[in-house]
Amino acid sequence: MMRNALSLVIGLVFGLGLCASQMTQPSKVQGFLDLGGAWDPSLAFVMVGAIGVGLVGFGLAKRRGRTLLGEACALPPLGGVDARLLVGAAIFGVGWGLSGVCPGPAIVNLASFNPHAVVFFVAMLVGMIAEYVIMRVLLQRSGVVEEA
Amino acid sequence: MQIDWTHFTPWSGLAGGALIGLAASAFVLLLGKIAGVSGVLSGLLPPRRNDAGWRLAFLIGLFAALPIAGFLGASAAPQYLETDGLLALAGLLVGFGSRLGSGCTSGHGVCGLSRLSLRSLVATSLFMLTGFAVVFVRRHVAV
Repeated sequence: MMRNALSLVIGLVFGLGLCASQMTQPSKVQGFLDLGGAWDPSLAFVMVGAIGVGLVGFGLAKRRGRTLLGEACALPPLGGVDARLLVGAAIFGVGWGLSGVCPGPAIVNLASFNPHAVVFFVAMLVGMIAEYVIMRVLLQRSGVVEEA
Repeated sequence: MQIDWTHFTPWSGLAGGALIGLAASAFVLLLGKIAGVSGVLSGLLPPRRNDAGWRLAFLIGLFAALPIAGFLGASAAPQYLETDGLLALAGLLVGFGSRLGSGCTSGHGVCGLSRLSLRSLVATSLFMLTGFAVVFVRRHVAV
């Protein structure tokens, strides 16, 4: 219960950051991606602000090894670069460029009850489910069982 | 390249970014998890036992942000200028690609880079590159 309450408040702060920086505005994001036209560098400043604070937080977390609540951290391995990462990131970037929307703003913007925001969100869910199904089938065929 | 000075918002960008960094830091320090939105969401598709609560709570927090930001005067309603067909295609690609690549702008771009992860640096560089390319082609090459 405590964890869920914390998670909710943190999600809210995260979303307020997206709103305050206008990263919820698709045209603002596309303005950053438009290097060939009138370029709006704001998104780079959002990244600098977020990573500047994040370096401190993740640095502290790494040194502690455990959460402030005393549980073990369950972070994904820093691991190497593989084809899955490269193909996934490239595909993600195409969708991001086409729309100016990434998953955080896609959820935040649902609260505007804008029908276009709903279209994007539902399509994103379908894409996520499709990846899960396709990768399961491929991995089963190749004899590798995916870890749950 | 020319700078779009009329839309450039360095200060609110830095401040909003700092809030995002604060949230990501609090998430790893308190819950020991990565605040990557695609990862949090895709972990519910399908949901797993004893793993859904914190994910749902985080997403509800995100959902509540827009009305609260609006109340604080810190946000305008989002405007989607692309057609629904294009948004549906883009949404599919964003959902599929972020899950295949194990992260999006928040998971790789913010959390991963803050962890100094090589994987995330490669992923972030790559999705920015394809994002730049798509916008360039649509706005400056395509008819």
